Amino acid sequence: MDLSLSTRSVGDRTVVEVGGEIDVYTAPKLREQLVELVNEGHYHLIVDMEGVDFLDSTGLGVLVGGLKRVRAHEGSLRLVCNQERILKIFRITGLTKVFPIHGSVDEAVAAND
Amino acid sequence: MATVELRFSALPAHVRTARLVAAAVARQAGVDESVLDEVRLAVGEACSRAVGLHVRNGVSHPVRVKLIQQEKRFLIEVGDGVPTPVTSHADSTAAEALSLAAGANGGSGGEQTDDTMGLAVISGLVDDLVIGHDDDGGLIRMSWPIADPADDEL
Repeated sequence: MDLSLSTRSVGDRTVVEVGGEIDVYTAPKLREQLVELVNEGHYHLIVDMEGVDFLDSTGLGVLVGGLKRVRAHEGSLRLVCNQERILKIFRITGLTKVFPIHGSVDEAVAAND
Repeated sequence: MATVELRFSALPAHVRTARLVAAAVARQAGVDESVLDEVRLAVGEACSRAVGLHVRNGVSHPVRVKLIQQEKRFLIEVGDGVPTPVTSHADSTAAEALSLAAGANGGSGGEQTDDTMGLAVISGLVDDLVIGHDDDGGLIRMSWPIADPADDEL
């Protein structure tokens, strides 16, 4: 299965809906998408991972890279994820302390901190 | 002798194939369904790391994956062709990955971050893990228990 990406705006946030597998082969596509969004001036991103079947450390690296880019513009990168097997990877690497992780896009859109 | 052995060119596209084969062979060997996701992820991480090492070091040899069914354990070995032990080490921790990830200065640090995080994920997932080397290069060896069929009959 390949990676699917789509973006939409909700208020001042940009939601990136990701589906499929994020691994060493497909992660560059996600990286390009995040870089492009930041270059276009979208600094408040929400990455919706509800459609993600597989995520590895390469994907984590891309998300961390995205976070660094938006932070450079005082932006934010929030994740939406309810899948235990995906959340486990964030916990193992300690990245639950780095990313705000929400249960729904609505919750992520409403979040302010 | 390996139950199944794979050799693949160090291309990211082949890592998914290795994951799928490893999970399929593990399932057939009797590894519990509940840990197949971990097997898939750990093999993927080890193969991604090997592919990265081959690319960075200009190694043309294939990445080696051995899937070995033993009596009570299912053993997986992922070998790279980089002869000298690399700087990465077995005790990569979540804290280390976190500190790399949290680096506030926006540097890319991509390869090191990926490698450290990859090892952190493997270390966090796999209880029986040895990161060493053989004559050909680095070798990650990991194993999982095989469910006892007798348990199903209870």
